[in-house]
Amino acid sequence: MPDFDVVSLPETDHVSEGDAAPDFTRPLVNEEYWGDRALDDVVSGPTLLVFHPMDGAFQATYLYNTIDDHGWADDLDVLGLSISSPYAHKRLLAERGEGVRIFSDPGAGVIEEYGVAHDIDGMTGITETRPAVFLLDADRTVEYAWVASEHPEFPDAEAIDDAIDRLVD
Amino acid sequence: MTEPQITLYRLQACPYCERVVRTLNRFGLEYESRYVEPMHSERNVVKRVSGARSVPAIVDRETGVTMSESANIVEYLEGTYGGAATDGGRAADDAATDGGRAVDAEGGA
Repeated sequence: MPDFDVVSLPETDHVSEGDAAPDFTRPLVNEEYWGDRALDDVVSGPTLLVFHPMDGAFQATYLYNTIDDHGWADDLDVLGLSISSPYAHKRLLAERGEGVRIFSDPGAGVIEEYGVAHDIDGMTGITETRPAVFLLDADRTVEYAWVASEHPEFPDAEAIDDAIDRLVD
Repeated sequence: MTEPQITLYRLQACPYCERVVRTLNRFGLEYESRYVEPMHSERNVVKRVSGARSVPAIVDRETGVTMSESANIVEYLEGTYGGAATDGGRAADDAATDGGRAVDAEGGA
């Protein structure tokens, strides 16, 4: 009899469908350089905003594999966000996440504001994010939201596919 | 947010880049920082923009000027935005900073 529990995460008042995704400015990393960008300046059409555990965590790797497997970056802008440094983001983008850009939020301020913070047990001084996916339209309205309620938990890729299809003609 | 007129391609902790930043600040010029790959061979974005992989490099949309090499950039900024000469000690400064290329920043490597 396996003796383990999937950890249930506490309720959180996170950004959800119908909300305007809060604007923020953080370094945005692409394959070649990084620089400060406001979300509002970057969102010019349908956009998938993906909060993921720090680069290197298996959940982050799986999420980027899912993004690539489903070709979401071909259909709309895909923006990642994690607490990892811009250099870590560049290493990640060298291997996966074709066409994706990633915000760096080492102080977890954006993560707190979106209501998706998650403290890692036994690791002092790190505030992580729960995996979370927000599908935004051109004015930053959240059309679809998913936030992990267990640890670990992965988003339903088919549901995201459907939501993207509804938003993108 | 309006786009700053100047884009500065730079490295973290690159003295040549800081020198350009000091000059930009001296003239109160708005600029956008883009931090690039430390490995010289991988700075293709800088090569595309300026024709060379060296940093610092700036693009000034106001004048259509793109250039690299900190001494050239400082001279350009002073000539374009400085009015009368403002920096008496420039010659000595040049000799001190650009003579030895200990840091993998400006130029080759």
